[in-house]
Amino acid sequence: MSDTSQFDYTIQSELAESSRIQEEIMAVLRQLGFEDEDLADLHIAIEEGLANAIKHGNQLDASKQVKIEGVFDGNKVRIEIEDEGSGFDPEDVPDPTLEENLDKPSGRGILLMRAFMDTIEYNDKGNRLRIVKSCTVHG
Amino acid sequence: MESRLLGHRKEHIMASAPSRLDIEQADGVTVATFKDRRLLDEATIDLVGNQLYSLVDDHGFHKVVLDFNDVEYMSSSALGKLIKFHKKVLSVDGSLRLCNLKPELQKIFKVLALHKVFKIDKNRDKSIKKI
Repeated sequence: MSDTSQFDYTIQSELAESSRIQEEIMAVLRQLGFEDEDLADLHIAIEEGLANAIKHGNQLDASKQVKIEGVFDGNKVRIEIEDEGSGFDPEDVPDPTLEENLDKPSGRGILLMRAFMDTIEYNDKGNRLRIVKSCTVHG
Repeated sequence: MESRLLGHRKEHIMASAPSRLDIEQADGVTVATFKDRRLLDEATIDLVGNQLYSLVDDHGFHKVVLDFNDVEYMSSSALGKLIKFHKKVLSVDGSLRLCNLKPELQKIFKVLALHKVFKIDKNRDKSIKKI
């Protein structure tokens, strides 16, 4: 696993497109030989990142696009997801684990990404997400 | 011993059963088992959500056990449906318990502090016993 490889996709802001592209991305990741637990973590993070970009970023406007870039360097996976929305400040998202927020819908996706990835960060505008994870490769 | 709790009285109900859930009745408790391994796809999640709500709204079931035995992972959107279903069950003074969560799913529930919201058991027999 010393090779560096990458992918670039652009999709319309439709959830069905998100599902389709996730299958393609996961097929690529599986070929790289990562362990199942890492693949599951990555799948959850990619789903959450794309759902946020499509629903909250592009407001389900199918005329807007979402770009997905992936770079694999050895065992490290870096994925960037960019929408055409006005962005947001992740600090403004309520903590969904607080008692008063437990039954509210916001913030769970970001929290899951934080839990399952090594790094998650947004650009200053808040419309481009970067997630990074070091994975274990099958012996 | 525990398996006797379910006995042989399990009945498959709802002839036009929703395709995303296996529904069984056991000792007055409705046990719904998810058929999907991944609850990530929005279309699937919408279907599952509607089929869950129907258990209370259309069939009047108040004691529900959700069996996650086959589920590997689920998204925050699917968890939103689950939380809404929980509220629906509580609104009719019902009771909901979850069981058979795989480690990955347990991790998701813990990260989101949802283990404080839901009553979670190791297996369905324990859920049926406690409900």
